[in-house]
Amino acid sequence: MAYTLSVNGRNRRVDVEPDTPLLWVLRDSLGVLGPKFGCGIGQCGACTVHIDGTPVRSCSLPVEAVGKGKVTTIEGVGDTEVGARVQKAWAELDVAQCGYCQPGQIMSATALLSSNPKPSAEEIDAAMSGNICRCATYNRIRAAVRLASGQTGEA
Amino acid sequence: MADGAQTGASRREVIQLAAGGGGGLVLGFTLAGKGEAAPAAPARLNTYVSIRPDGWVEVVSKNPEIGQGVKTSMPMMIAEELDADWSKVRTVQADSDPTLYGRQFAGGSMSTPLHWDELRRVGATARALLIAAAAKSWGVDPATCSTEPGKVVHKASGRSAGYGALATAAAALPAPEPRSIKLKDPKDFRIIGRPMAQVDTPAIVTGKPLFGIDVVLPGMLFATYEKAPVFGAGVDSADLDAARAVKGVRKAFIVQGANAPDGLSPGVAVVADSWWRARKGREKLNIRWKAVEGPLLSSQDLEARMASTARWSVDRIERHDGDVDAALKSAARTVEATYHYPYLAHAPLEPQNCTAHFKDGRMEIWAPTQNPESGRQLVAKTLGLKPEDVTVHLVRSGGGFGRRLSNDYMVEAAWIAREAGAPVKLVWTREDDMRHDFYRPAGWHMFAGGLDAAGNIVAWHDHFLTPGQGVQPARSAGMSATEFPARFTPNFRYGISILPSPAPTGPLRAPGSNGISFAVQGFLDELAHAAGADPLEYRLRLLGDKGMVGTPGRDGYDAARMRGVLKKVAEVSGWGRTRMEPRQGQGVAFHFSHLGYFAEVVQVRVAADGQVKVEKVWVAGDVGRQIVNPSGAINQVQGSVLDGLSGALGQAITLEGGAVVQGNFDDYRLMRIADAPPVEVHFVLSDNPPTGLGEPALPPAPPALCNAIFAATGKRVRRLPVDPALLAAG
Repeated sequence: MAYTLSVNGRNRRVDVEPDTPLLWVLRDSLGVLGPKFGCGIGQCGACTVHIDGTPVRSCSLPVEAVGKGKVTTIEGVGDTEVGARVQKAWAELDVAQCGYCQPGQIMSATALLSSNPKPSAEEIDAAMSGNICRCATYNRIRAAVRLASGQTGEA
Repeated sequence: MADGAQTGASRREVIQLAAGGGGGLVLGFTLAGKGEAAPAAPARLNTYVSIRPDGWVEVVSKNPEIGQGVKTSMPMMIAEELDADWSKVRTVQADSDPTLYGRQFAGGSMSTPLHWDELRRVGATARALLIAAAAKSWGVDPATCSTEPGKVVHKASGRSAGYGALATAAAALPAPEPRSIKLKDPKDFRIIGRPMAQVDTPAIVTGKPLFGIDVVLPGMLFATYEKAPVFGAGVDSADLDAARAVKGVRKAFIVQGANAPDGLSPGVAVVADSWWRARKGREKLNIRWKAVEGPLLSSQDLEARMASTARWSVDRIERHDGDVDAALKSAARTVEATYHYPYLAHAPLEPQNCTAHFKDGRMEIWAPTQNPESGRQLVAKTLGLKPEDVTVHLVRSGGGFGRRLSNDYMVEAAWIAREAGAPVKLVWTREDDMRHDFYRPAGWHMFAGGLDAAGNIVAWHDHFLTPGQGVQPARSAGMSATEFPARFTPNFRYGISILPSPAPTGPLRAPGSNGISFAVQGFLDELAHAAGADPLEYRLRLLGDKGMVGTPGRDGYDAARMRGVLKKVAEVSGWGRTRMEPRQGQGVAFHFSHLGYFAEVVQVRVAADGQVKVEKVWVAGDVGRQIVNPSGAINQVQGSVLDGLSGALGQAITLEGGAVVQGNFDDYRLMRIADAPPVEVHFVLSDNPPTGLGEPALPPAPPALCNAIFAATGKRVRRLPVDPALLAAG
């Protein structure tokens, strides 16, 4: 099946089976490698992308369900004001260890701050709970979300 | 001399070229990023240091980067003594090349202790060459010259020259003898000791392709590989044609394998033009596996075997000091308890993967591995190639934790690529990863302790049951005969019995220590309470006034350093001075491993239904006189502590019918953010050489947690993972 997807502001044509998860279309067909494969069942969040600004687990979303939705990945999220702010906070606090989960973490954090600019500690935990960091950089993830939201000090 | 940096650069160009169409791997040059023109060729001052005319310094990082931060911290050591301007340093990941770099591995928290002197001397010799070049051009005595970041200065005449301008002349001079050069006084450090962001941080936060799974080669195909759920089973048959009929599938074939768990295991490969299509093909395989010889063991079988084992009848005595039986008999009080910890999986977030290309008799491999040379040898041996015909490029790993010390996925990728006749990227599923690991071995400790009238420990008996074959513990399943509290109690006996187990085992972050500390520090806590003593004071009393016990660097254990971190953690945690509410409590534990001394206090609150909330963790660690990169160091310690808590609170790998039950993160639970407490880290700087931080902060976390649960509830956790049902009120 041929599909035209809007990915990071560009229309991209792909020919794949309808049940192909968006993650593998992005990675193998389009060479968009920022979204990562971690579990394949929507448990770890490493594959998180936005569709029309809403975070989704691309490993579990068949390409046929994307429709006209605008897909934004870690490669494109820095073009938004909030996304750029989140990336800057992540870099400033040197959040990552291995870094594999961080694209997904940043996508979830950007979605949170886009809808809730000053989240409480509990709201941060709730919004970020779908993203596993196996290196457990959670102390810094929390601090980075707070920094990006203009809140400073301990959560 | 071979030119490693040059070779690496040419290979990078190949990959970047290949990736031109739609993203791809960019090895090495990840820090600077935006729009830099290709600069003129650098002058190479030694194996690790090259300097471009524009003053940019390229520093090679030799070891695999798995998230432990060595791609930043090791170049920091070189750049410090080079007196480089860190903002103009680029780190270049080395290929695997033992002739140039010696051993290259990520394991045992050894990168810092093995390279602290050597890499600083690498930087210092390059700096001496730059000074010599400047002095020669100015006609002055080198001894009258000094350096500031990125330049040589001659104060008397007010002259200075940038490293970029001096590099070509410096590279032509004879290198000085490294040992002849005086290293900096630490008070003059400008780079070491400052919190530096990881060099790959900008690339990580913008999603650049850095990892093994991101490697792209021209004409590359994608592979999946199915192995038997029952360990050791071979392939009887499979519906290969059904798999081949799936759109995009190019090859499907059986691999008989060498039947070694850390080599090429038997299985069925499906190769396609996308990974998803390969997976769809795999679903059609309908594989029939051969029966394996011997019983198909389950976790219950191990439990039953353990339950029928007596506390006193060990297979083999590993150590016996004094007379434990007599001491127990005459003790004022005795305590007996059995501790158990389960098998654990490594579960790095990036599943095992590897890209391989076989062409003209040579195998080229891109691998996220902790142990490239052993992988190269394994591939050569298994495929019948000469080792010199196998090249391994090191690629950033999405976590390692010890899993990638084994190179089973590397030899699989190499075999499949040769069969497929095309470059192949093999990617495991999460379930492949969970069910074909080298697990942290399960273990049981049957303790008996004896106290004198004053509560002092006069006898310690540990019957350690551990997986293995015959009389040999399995890989990473042993315990040293000097493990604490050996040498700290007058009558000490440790014996071992072997439980046969089908699950392959291997090192998981702080191997051995990550389970042993839970048992030892838990039972020690029981003895403290039996003695009516404060658990922290009791530990200090046990350490006594001893200093170094044993031989430093071999079996040495510095009790003074351990007392130092215990006192520090008592101070910062408010131990004994903080009022606890009902069902709230603090627990303490300490452990020495990987040359690091760590003491930790965990504070918990246990809900009426038994759910455990970890409120905070305080850590005091002693890894010597210098923290190389405080940013990375704190991150490692926090991560290690939470890793230990994550395992203790939620993880177990169980066996059924000779296979692993768990498959993914829905039944093997990793800690999530809401369960992660703040971890406050303090370093005690002692006058000892700097040592590593990838592992030693982990072992005290599980026992400190369980000791806190006891303080909060009066219930002793002797079995991991923690079972909330046993902690409910009433």
